[in-house]
Amino acid sequence: MNPTPWLSLTIWIPILFGLLVLMFSDRNAPLVRKLSLIGALLGLAVSIPLYVGFNTQTSAMQFVEFSRWIPRFNINYNLGVDGISLLFVLLNSFITVLVVLAGWESIQKRVAQYMAAFLIMSGLLNGVFAALDAMLFYVFFEATLIPMYLVIGVWGGPNRVYAAVKFFLYTLLGSLLMLVAFLYLYDKSGGSFSILDWHKLPIAMTPQILLFAAFFLAFAVKVPMWPVHTWLPDAHVEAPTGGSAVLAAILLKLGAYGFIRFSLPVLPDASHALSGFMITLSLIAVVYIGLVAIAQTDMKKLIAYSSIAHMGFVTLGFFIFNAYGIEGALVQMVSHGFVSAAMFLCVGVMYDRMHSRNIADYGGVVNTMPKFAALMMLFAMANCGLPATSGFVGEFMVIMGALKHNFWIGFLAATTLIFGAAYTLWMYKRVIFGAVANDHVAKLKDIGAREFLVLALLALAVLGMGLYPQPFTEVMHTSVNGLLQHLAVSKL
Amino acid sequence: MNFTMPNLLPAYPEIFLLIMVSTILVVDLFLPQRMRYITYALTQLALLGCAVLTLDVAVLTQGLATYTFTNMFVADLMGHALKIGAYIALFTTLVYSRAYLGVRGLWKGEFFALVLFALLGMMVMISANHFLTLYLGLELLSLSLYAMVALDRDSARATEAAMKYFVLGALASGLLLYGMSMIYGATGTLDISKVADRIANANPDRIVLTFGLVFLVSGMAFKLGVVPFHMWIPDVYHGAPTAVTLIIGSAPKLAAFAMAMRLLVLGLLDMAVDWQQMLVILAVLSMAVGNLAAIAQTNIKRMLAYSTISHMGFMLLGLLAGVVNGNWLNAADAYSAAMFYVVVYVLTTLGTFGMILLLSRGGFEAENLDDFKGLNARSPWYAFIMLLLMFSLAGVPPTVGFYAKLSVLQPLLAADMVWLAVVAVLFSLIGAFYYLRIVKLMYFDEPIDIAPIKPSLDVSLLISINGLAVLALGIMPQSLMALCYLSIKAL
Repeated sequence: MNPTPWLSLTIWIPILFGLLVLMFSDRNAPLVRKLSLIGALLGLAVSIPLYVGFNTQTSAMQFVEFSRWIPRFNINYNLGVDGISLLFVLLNSFITVLVVLAGWESIQKRVAQYMAAFLIMSGLLNGVFAALDAMLFYVFFEATLIPMYLVIGVWGGPNRVYAAVKFFLYTLLGSLLMLVAFLYLYDKSGGSFSILDWHKLPIAMTPQILLFAAFFLAFAVKVPMWPVHTWLPDAHVEAPTGGSAVLAAILLKLGAYGFIRFSLPVLPDASHALSGFMITLSLIAVVYIGLVAIAQTDMKKLIAYSSIAHMGFVTLGFFIFNAYGIEGALVQMVSHGFVSAAMFLCVGVMYDRMHSRNIADYGGVVNTMPKFAALMMLFAMANCGLPATSGFVGEFMVIMGALKHNFWIGFLAATTLIFGAAYTLWMYKRVIFGAVANDHVAKLKDIGAREFLVLALLALAVLGMGLYPQPFTEVMHTSVNGLLQHLAVSKL
Repeated sequence: MNFTMPNLLPAYPEIFLLIMVSTILVVDLFLPQRMRYITYALTQLALLGCAVLTLDVAVLTQGLATYTFTNMFVADLMGHALKIGAYIALFTTLVYSRAYLGVRGLWKGEFFALVLFALLGMMVMISANHFLTLYLGLELLSLSLYAMVALDRDSARATEAAMKYFVLGALASGLLLYGMSMIYGATGTLDISKVADRIANANPDRIVLTFGLVFLVSGMAFKLGVVPFHMWIPDVYHGAPTAVTLIIGSAPKLAAFAMAMRLLVLGLLDMAVDWQQMLVILAVLSMAVGNLAAIAQTNIKRMLAYSTISHMGFMLLGLLAGVVNGNWLNAADAYSAAMFYVVVYVLTTLGTFGMILLLSRGGFEAENLDDFKGLNARSPWYAFIMLLLMFSLAGVPPTVGFYAKLSVLQPLLAADMVWLAVVAVLFSLIGAFYYLRIVKLMYFDEPIDIAPIKPSLDVSLLISINGLAVLALGIMPQSLMALCYLSIKAL
């Protein structure tokens, strides 16, 4: 008997539920919500066996599924996870549940289409992380643009059209060049789209550099790295709460994942040669974008910039080529998935009540929403990397790695602890503390059971990961070591 | 005098069609206006019969290339596939156009006769193995199309479009014929396979050949509608009644592809170095002009006209990557990619124009971009279909348009033309903008027009199949790709 295709299930169950939900009209909104929740929960349930059955002793791909798909181009439906991608499948399935819950009441317009977009996107994202065939990866990678474009454009804020189009075109620009790079590799590898084959393919230096540039454009836009980050604040500000949460928690990870799945192992020599460039851009993101975040007056924009700064940490970790750096970056990715989603959901909670994202419109929220203020406190702390929260683990490891690599890089990276604290806590202070600022704040109601559940789950994740990161790091350890060994060998 | 009857088998579909058109012309004379649906039914029946006969011929000849009429006519796998594509395209077009033609007083017997004559022209073009046969088919097609554009004779715009189309079309035919005469002068034959043979072995005058080639390529570029021979496309697409636009924009592209294959690849493959360079210029210009000009359009028919130009440019990329440094290894990949691209393009175009026809009604032409505003609120299903079609034109997976682009780019990279591939993807990025705009109008904006959309059952069924086919072929593109590959391989 064939083993259960768990990975396929994590991809197709959400998509099928999404299509099912799409059949209903808005008159059946309560049913639609329940069905979507069932779909999301089932998606999460089928991803658990992946973790339970995962063998941490090998860096090989696990839960591999293979079937011929387009023999004309030797494109295969080839899935598998290793210690690097596994966590993101889990993270994505988890966040999807929260996003469905978060949109329960705040979305009243075209509920079915909203839920369907998120469920379909969830399946597609799992596909991106599980794909071992480059073309399959590309198809999932690009297909996620469609639901996200609609989510921003249909349920977004006043400037949604601009943001949606900018988001789409920016990403498409990068990925089209990546497509050319894929086809080049297909040609050079003698007709294979298998990512693992490419890992072994020797490539001369000049093509490596050019391919790196193509991959860089695709993934740097997604991460996003300075200076191609400008779409992100727009997209985040205009997207509905759920959209922002998924965007920050998962979609940004696609770029970083692309670097670690393609750029590093396929082009190790170019990666080494250009590591100075990548580190510089990452540090600019950490320092400069951190300063930009301080100056923001819009909460969502502030968190968006903070995301860019945090993702700068991730790319920094990748390109210092040691175990601390890469593992720290991966931990940071997962942690940022929890924390940024939580921060955006917190802003969403306030936005649902006040219909404003302006920091100046708030003040003294703690007086009317104490439970909420306490939870948000935790997330704010995690966002600035306080020990015992998940934010600390990743940042600490990356800084350690950076210090081993070069003192000054480590030093500059460590400034994030100051900037992060500055922008997060200052925002928190202005919004939550102080006297009640105006009548609207005075009328605020504290969070209900559903909102509490969503935030509490995230709080558990943030605390759990901060206090006991072992379950996360042990999964990735062997794979990261395998990657480092692979990177140490030149492919010229 | 010794006369042997030629083998008629390969031409069965054409002969059957000619008989059917003649019958329909006569029968229609005796039908009152309210019985016109009989003409319609007979037309569809003729298409069905052609399809059956084409399959029959394919089976009887075992898919092998079969020549007849002293080598002037060939029935081969590529021909069968493209002909069947044309039948399907016209069948779909007629279903989509029925209501549109009915309320505009264009529901006439002449229309159907012209459609079938155009089809006959395409079939002759597709099966031509001789310059004159090819020219004959081309003229039959073109003359029918000129008349169809002017069918709505009280519309000044349609008449103007028809005039433009006719004058420029005649000029292009002249160029083509002139080119053929030069090739004849150099090689002494009009038979396409013999031309190839003479060029390879008899060492004809290269200068005359090259001049002839320039004229051939220009004439062909006009028929395909690529820059700088594209001027007629926007005006004709815009001016013609939408149903006729759909006829011009769909099946004839298949025939034009066949023409390119027969002339350039089968006839003049030895001159590939020359014509590939010409196609590079045509392709880059078309992608640039088509995509950039499309952004500025407010009329959807004009926008799609420019989009056609850019797509034909992209298709040429497949044709020009076949021969590298005299090596033909890449040929089957490249030409089958171009064929796949054309077929996919026709499929998608059918759907988009079908949607324009669907939104039009008596006294109202849904031809401005704004007419698509808020379609999602009016009908989520049709908005979804249109969304699939637009993303397919933009080349975003999981729609089939992505694989069309992929399969054309692949031989391009195998031919080491990386820069051309980069140019192509950058222009398709620009192209994505205006397709996205349609999606934006449908999903993000509120409707202006709130008239209910009530197509008849067959239309709604067919357009749903059309839209879903774009998705289904995007998920499972293998069969169509393999079909194209086999057809080209068999040449």
